[in-house]
Amino acid sequence: MGVGIEVTDLNAWYGTNHTLQDITLNIPANHATALIGPSGCGKSTFVRCLNRMHETNPIARVTGTVRIGDIDIYNDAKPVEIRRRVGMVFQRPNPFPTMSIYDNVASGLKLNGYKNKRSLDEIVERSLKNSALWDEVKDDLKSKSGASLSGGQQQRLCIARALAVDPEVLLMDEPASALDPVSTSKIEDLIFQLKSQYTIVIVTHNMQQAARVAEKTGFFLNGRMVEFDSTHKIFTNPSDKRTEDYITGRFG
Amino acid sequence: MAANAFSFRSKYRATMDYVVTGLAVLATALVVVPLIAIFVYLLLKGASSLNLDFFLKNPVPEGESGGGMANAIVGSGVLLGIASLIGIPIGIGAGIYLAEFGRGTKLANAVRFTADVLNGVPSIVMGLAAYSLIVIPQKHFSALSGGVALGIMMIPTVARTSEEMLLMVPNMIREAALGLGLSNWRSVLSITVRTASPGIITGCMLAFARVAGETAPLIFTALGNAFFSTNPNQPIEALPLQIWVYATGPYEDQHRLAWAGALVLIVLIVLAVSLVRYVTSRGVLKGAS
Repeated sequence: MGVGIEVTDLNAWYGTNHTLQDITLNIPANHATALIGPSGCGKSTFVRCLNRMHETNPIARVTGTVRIGDIDIYNDAKPVEIRRRVGMVFQRPNPFPTMSIYDNVASGLKLNGYKNKRSLDEIVERSLKNSALWDEVKDDLKSKSGASLSGGQQQRLCIARALAVDPEVLLMDEPASALDPVSTSKIEDLIFQLKSQYTIVIVTHNMQQAARVAEKTGFFLNGRMVEFDSTHKIFTNPSDKRTEDYITGRFG
Repeated sequence: MAANAFSFRSKYRATMDYVVTGLAVLATALVVVPLIAIFVYLLLKGASSLNLDFFLKNPVPEGESGGGMANAIVGSGVLLGIASLIGIPIGIGAGIYLAEFGRGTKLANAVRFTADVLNGVPSIVMGLAAYSLIVIPQKHFSALSGGVALGIMMIPTVARTSEEMLLMVPNMIREAALGLGLSNWRSVLSITVRTASPGIITGCMLAFARVAGETAPLIFTALGNAFFSTNPNQPIEALPLQIWVYATGPYEDQHRLAWAGALVLIVLIVLAVSLVRYVTSRGVLKGAS
């Protein structure tokens, strides 16, 4: 089951560049939350702070607290443990090119020392079914490389890979921006189904996408969060002028 | 007027296209021709002296006819085995450090510079180093010292090609691994190195093929041995050494054997490299890049 995320006074830097300033928000469990805003506004940095990927860049720095469920991720646990509970799907599909479809999905468990072969088979099957890819790949699980699939299939493979380690939260950084409309709508259907089991945070440039999949939406601008509210309210009656300007296309 | 200028431009472009394509084809031919010429020449000179005895018998004393290079073929195998055991693990390890752990640090820059300098050190100097480090303290020549000299020569090639190949692995693959909660070393070994492995193997093969033909570093380390030996603690024969001795000697029989030896050396190197390629490509999946 998913858990909620409480972010308090989060600040992030790349070198001297203050990319996130005083972000405070509560992301509800088992819902999809969309983050929108123009390029460079800090929304990708924000999700990367939620699984401590931000700090993999040597010049990056973070302050503030992030609680995921009952864990303070910057004080109570190691990055490796956090990332097993908070899965991530990236902008460009990034399957491991030398691994089979099966090994791609199983990689998170196998490489962390999980040995039980029979339950591994079940987990791979369940993850691929949950990512709506099973029917397309079930005959080539071990004979084809993950890189042999189409872009949309690769992205669903990456979702299956993230689901296989059984996370509580799924972060998606523009998961459909490199895909065609058909693949995009498959990913959106998937988000709709997955949010009953996981807490989903999705960064998107596509405002219709945010409106279609998310209950809550946050609008980021220049490293600050301008507004965070129900998606319906953000798109029909935003309280801030800047949010209105952005969603009506007056800038960005 | 404008139409004329246009047709002149397009004719000029078409001609330039032919010229540049022609130059590229010419350059390709110049790369392939020497290799084929050397191989054909070796076949003409050496193939007639090849028989079963060449592979099964040891050399006979000067002036007698017959004999073979069994000791040199096996000796080269032993020397290259020792060299690979030293050069490949150290080289790959250094390459991983340069590309994954030490990126941008002063130590990494120093290691990279050292490797490049080591690559340019003449091979006879490598032999001298192994001579003073191993042969003098032990007070005798040995296969081990020859293997060490060749192994050290392999390190910079293996390290630098491994580094280049690892740097070509896209960063998003590393992020995918870290995002799954893998520790850094696990992600490097199981994901990044595995993704770069075809290129790393090619680098190892290049280094192997290069030292397989080295003579100079063996002169005062492995020394040569007229008898069959596989003992790493004894002097050992090697194909390049035997070729050198025979080719510079006065006997016609030995000259013929030297040609045959050169042919066998090249064929064995090609066979070894092809075998490694075959074995390592068997597990590659459909559509893997």
